Amino acid sequence: MKNPDSRPRRPVSPLVWLVAGLALLVLLNLTKNPAFLRVTWHDGHLFGTPIDILTQGSRTMLLALGMTLVIATGGVDLSVGSVCAITGAVCALTLQHGQSLAVTLAAAIGVGAAAGLANGLLVARLGIQPIVATLILMVAGRGIAQLVTDGQVLIIKHAAFEFLATGFVLGAPFAPLAVGALYLVSHAALRRTAAGLFIEAVGDNETASRFAGLAAARVKVLAYVFCGICAGLTGVLIAANIGAADGNRAGENAELDAIFAVVVGGTALTGGRFTLLGSLLGALLIQTLTTTMYNLGVAPAVAPVPKALVIVGVSLLQSEKFRALVARAWRREGRSGA
Amino acid sequence: MKIIRRNLPLVVTAAIFAALFGAAGVCYDGFFSVRVATSLLADNAFLGIAAIGMTLVIFSGGIDLSIGAVVGFTSIFTATLVSGHGVPPAVAWLLALALGAALGAAMGTLIHVFKLPPFLITLAGMFFARGMAFALNTESVGITHPLYEKLSNFDFALGERVHLPAAALLFFGVVLIGYLIAHHLRFGRTLLAIGGNEQSALLMGLPVGAAKIGVYALNGFLAALAGIVATLYTGSGNPVMGVGLELDAIAIVVIGGTLLTGGRGHLLGTLLGVLIFGTIQSAILFDGRLSSWWMRILVGALLLSFILLQRWLVRGLARRG
Repeated sequence: MKNPDSRPRRPVSPLVWLVAGLALLVLLNLTKNPAFLRVTWHDGHLFGTPIDILTQGSRTMLLALGMTLVIATGGVDLSVGSVCAITGAVCALTLQHGQSLAVTLAAAIGVGAAAGLANGLLVARLGIQPIVATLILMVAGRGIAQLVTDGQVLIIKHAAFEFLATGFVLGAPFAPLAVGALYLVSHAALRRTAAGLFIEAVGDNETASRFAGLAAARVKVLAYVFCGICAGLTGVLIAANIGAADGNRAGENAELDAIFAVVVGGTALTGGRFTLLGSLLGALLIQTLTTTMYNLGVAPAVAPVPKALVIVGVSLLQSEKFRALVARAWRREGRSGA
Repeated sequence: MKIIRRNLPLVVTAAIFAALFGAAGVCYDGFFSVRVATSLLADNAFLGIAAIGMTLVIFSGGIDLSIGAVVGFTSIFTATLVSGHGVPPAVAWLLALALGAALGAAMGTLIHVFKLPPFLITLAGMFFARGMAFALNTESVGITHPLYEKLSNFDFALGERVHLPAAALLFFGVVLIGYLIAHHLRFGRTLLAIGGNEQSALLMGLPVGAAKIGVYALNGFLAALAGIVATLYTGSGNPVMGVGLELDAIAIVVIGGTLLTGGRGHLLGTLLGVLIFGTIQSAILFDGRLSSWWMRILVGALLLSFILLQRWLVRGLARRG
């Protein structure tokens, strides 16, 4: 007699849970609103709730892209929301001084990279805990953003700049297309070369990877710089979306949404492994959840409650102890039933 | 000499507080007054109470992001019960404290039993508490009750010109109890042992699980207490109260010389951290030319310098040990 439990069981990929969760949300929406998935052509571009979800979700997707790499190195970046606020403010200033869009984007990328470099040096060179090191910029960053805007909400009137967040290319929304392209490029750069493996090695065991000849500290710094650049570009999208730079409110809680998207996507906070597709779907799940709340008539202010339940549920699914507990209960049930 | 060396972060924090307060006193007329000193305590009482709880959680190597949301929830919960349903304040307070402790215990259980990251679980707790606060009411609710009036007019006279308001007294009480817990009871030592090395603490036979769940429950309780103090201070409940409070509390704990990795720290450092925080705030108010966002930048700069100082100290200790 063979014990059926001794068979090695393949762990279910977190992507399956994600897709199941998304499908569940879509079904829930369809029962309330049968036209939920309908996409129409309107004023020369695509129009409908799915397009809305993609456009609104593109910001969290972009943040989650950078955050994935930082979390894969075993770190976390709390400062991305504040960095968004700083870059938004800087963009408003450069545009007000009549600079071109290219200069503005270069400034945004530069600010993001500088912020990421500061975080990375604190974490990798000085060995400060990532939560603490990035907390500094999270606290100070909002002050810096307000210093740049002088405490005002700067209005941005620049058609090409606003196009970045609200424009359409051949009828398709530009922002999700651009973010999707960034994901593809990052995937190719990380998975077609050894770079992704380096990041995972450093996140899994920094000492071992250093002994194996990896410049572990440099890999970490670069991950934070990449995350900073993503945050800078997200700041551009946020400012372009509302047509203003608000040093106080721009990117508020954005870091939490990004971390949430990454963790829901199956990249564990302990580092050592990452999945870009998971983070993309995780961000999509969050945005769908938010839109669902609106559609079901839940007050926007109460929306964090279901978000909290999803975080706890996903964390439990990833906990080995919880899975063992469920498996044991399942088996007992099966035996008593037989 | 040995005492000074062992408590070097604490000594440095005290020196910085003295220097800051002195500099502000020299720069601004009327800063050296009993009024400024007492308002320093009264204005930061609820932040201070929350920071004491956070200190104990950080001792154990954990972190709690939910406290700001718990403050918001407690304030609107108390206001809704007292103003909307005519519940006596004492009953509303007890219920609020019990809910705060229960949320903390639930988060602690998830963190300990299922080995989940505190960061993520308390983040969920933050979303949950803030959402529930808005579910109760999205607007600010004023509290009018004889007991509230009596408490907000209450002050404890220390001599002729020194009057301590109720919130400041409560803060002192919490600091005293927190000090006893952290440095004179077994619970505090267990927390520091867990923060130093959880595996060793377990092998030593310390009640790791009970202590970890207990410290999150205690922190939830203190956050709820901070929320109640906030309703006393503003005379109202508001669901947006305490947004970002957890960051200020963590910053204060770090400025107070407690290691964020856990296992090393001093509770009185947190008291000094609150005073430094309050001094910067009062100085910016006194100055009038400095905009409020300088507060954030200065706190960030202080955080950075303290973390670098700690880094240097810990390296020194490691070399000697």
